[in-house]
Amino acid sequence: MSLRTGRTARAGQYAALLCYLVFLAFPFLWLISTAFKPARELGSLHPTWIPEDPTLENFRQAFDEQPLLRAAANSLTAAVCAALIAVVIATPMAYVMARHRGRLSTAATGWVVVSQAFPFVLVIIPLFLVLKYLHLINSLWGLILVYVVWSLPFALWMLAGYVRAVPPELEEAAAVDGAGKARILVSVTAPLLAPGIVATALFAFITAWNEFFFALVLLKTPEKQTLPVVLTHFLGAEGVADLGPLAAAAFLATLPSLVLFAIIQKRITGGLTAGAVKH
Amino acid sequence: MRRLPTLAAAVTTALALLLTGCSGEGDDGADGTIRLSFQSLAWQKESVDANKELVREWNAAHPDIQVDYVQGSWDNVHDQLLTSFEGGEAPDIIHDASDDLADFAYGGYLADLRALLPDRLTRDIPRRSWDTTTFGGGIYGVPFLQEPKVLIANTRILESSGVRIPTPEKPWSWPEFRQVTEKLTKKGTYGVAWPLKEPVSVTLNLGLSAGGQLFHRGADGKVTIRFEEGDRVMPGTVRDQVGADGSASRSALGMGGSDTLPGFFGGKYAMVPLGFSYRQQVVEQAPEGFDWTVLPPPAGSGGLAQGVSPQTLSVAEDSPHKEEAVQFIDFLLRPANMVRLAKGDWMLPTGTEALADPALHTEENGWATGAALARELRPAPAQSVRGYPEWKDKVATPALQEYYSGAIGTGELKKRLVDDGNRVLARYQR
Repeated sequence: MSLRTGRTARAGQYAALLCYLVFLAFPFLWLISTAFKPARELGSLHPTWIPEDPTLENFRQAFDEQPLLRAAANSLTAAVCAALIAVVIATPMAYVMARHRGRLSTAATGWVVVSQAFPFVLVIIPLFLVLKYLHLINSLWGLILVYVVWSLPFALWMLAGYVRAVPPELEEAAAVDGAGKARILVSVTAPLLAPGIVATALFAFITAWNEFFFALVLLKTPEKQTLPVVLTHFLGAEGVADLGPLAAAAFLATLPSLVLFAIIQKRITGGLTAGAVKH
Repeated sequence: MRRLPTLAAAVTTALALLLTGCSGEGDDGADGTIRLSFQSLAWQKESVDANKELVREWNAAHPDIQVDYVQGSWDNVHDQLLTSFEGGEAPDIIHDASDDLADFAYGGYLADLRALLPDRLTRDIPRRSWDTTTFGGGIYGVPFLQEPKVLIANTRILESSGVRIPTPEKPWSWPEFRQVTEKLTKKGTYGVAWPLKEPVSVTLNLGLSAGGQLFHRGADGKVTIRFEEGDRVMPGTVRDQVGADGSASRSALGMGGSDTLPGFFGGKYAMVPLGFSYRQQVVEQAPEGFDWTVLPPPAGSGGLAQGVSPQTLSVAEDSPHKEEAVQFIDFLLRPANMVRLAKGDWMLPTGTEALADPALHTEENGWATGAALARELRPAPAQSVRGYPEWKDKVATPALQEYYSGAIGTGELKKRLVDDGNRVLARYQR
């Protein structure tokens, strides 16, 4: 390949990447723009990216009309707890799945894949009945339990991949030095798994933070409702929406995920590539 | 590594603190107070405020029967209620739309209200409205708010064109409407924009004005679909406006109601057929000085008749306090309260006395035009037809979308609606 052809190909790649980034960013930028537009600009035939007369009125209305802070606190509680519990349970299970290959382990992996294909509406009624039996309807505990169960299969699958990337020779060396199984898992494997655990926790957090249907069905009183459920209160029948306050509230709802990504992005990227190359 | 146990203890403590007070709540009070839950789907601020205020008034006047307001959501309400019914955890008082009730009523989830309804309420709401919540002889909800389709028009374009301005007493006929939209169509302006993203209910409901019915119930109680002369009028007019005349915007066919408003405000469309409650969005979003008016939809051999699916209040069959729940509904729907709810939602009340309230007959924001249409509102044609949702999604929606866009003709539309449709309904009526 000549130098010129190489440059052209690279320029093409950058152009494609730029287009993709614009495509990805468009809804979010439009959301921000809408959140700051006054009602009359929302109905304009020639919408602008930058609001001509920017206002915080949509934010004021959103907070005035719905208990957004309380809902955000509920979402945060559910998402943080679900993420923590999911990784605490998934880490040792993933270790067993990855290190002890056998029929049971293969069947478990298969079940994990299949379980991801179940639609929510298929499981919600039996789940509701189980939670009712446990007196966990209209309880954040119940919702957290559902989120943990729901995110566990994928978390297991994800973490098992990270465990496989840790060379067994390291564990064998620790065993030769006299370390027991638990010590090996805590002192040798867990630190190497840290990026994977963070990535898995982030996945579980975002899944729970964005989840709508279980929260809608399981939480009845306004004090317990989570942010995605409260956001739908800006929507009427047949898709009619209170667009300005909805955009303002939705913008605020995306911030925690964005901040979290910004903070731990490097760890995730490192985790994803860890063990990919033999040294 | 010694820090690990400390960290685990800290995490456990944090979890315990976070989850303090997370457990569920009880039902009736230990002192004998009855507690009822009322799930409302009100979503506009004025409407939510009106509902909450009425709940407060009730609670203040009835210390022994306390109502808890629960905010529901139109999004996924059917699945949410179904799950609650199956789990025996449904709210006592349920707000929904009449076209969503059939499955719940036939499924035994809703209480038959016939023996519980007070005479005042029964008499106040017209028979045709009760028909929307009557299934198999039982009444499973109280219809209380309804929303006709109207034409929201740009007054400047309308008046400068010199066309006759219709009134509820002398509306446009469907052929006249077609001529008017042609006349209103100029460079850069379409006479009308039909937002037909969801084409089925609009087609069926406005089709009643021309005598269209589509669904016919036989003596054996079974429903069959027939596509007759009256059924062609409304869809045929729209198709001609889009295809032959160019007086209706083709791009609007894929839009929802709200999507057409920017074009309407910008003078791109002279008229938009929308639900009555869209007036609130017009009031809020229209540019300064924009002059608009509310007109009745076109009339045919059936006059101004059109189908509606009113908003309803039902009582769960599992509720241990059905009588008290109906007492609360009766309070909520007293004429003065019904007016408050109607104004909050920018809709029309079903109650005769509430509908007569002068506040709903002002010319401002087209209230008078809407109120004049109320007597012409009928149950939506498919209201109690089992299998309608499947027919709508699998047969009618794609067929009508293709018909309006010009991809198929009337013969093919009829074939698909009737032949394919009757096959679907037959499965539900064995």
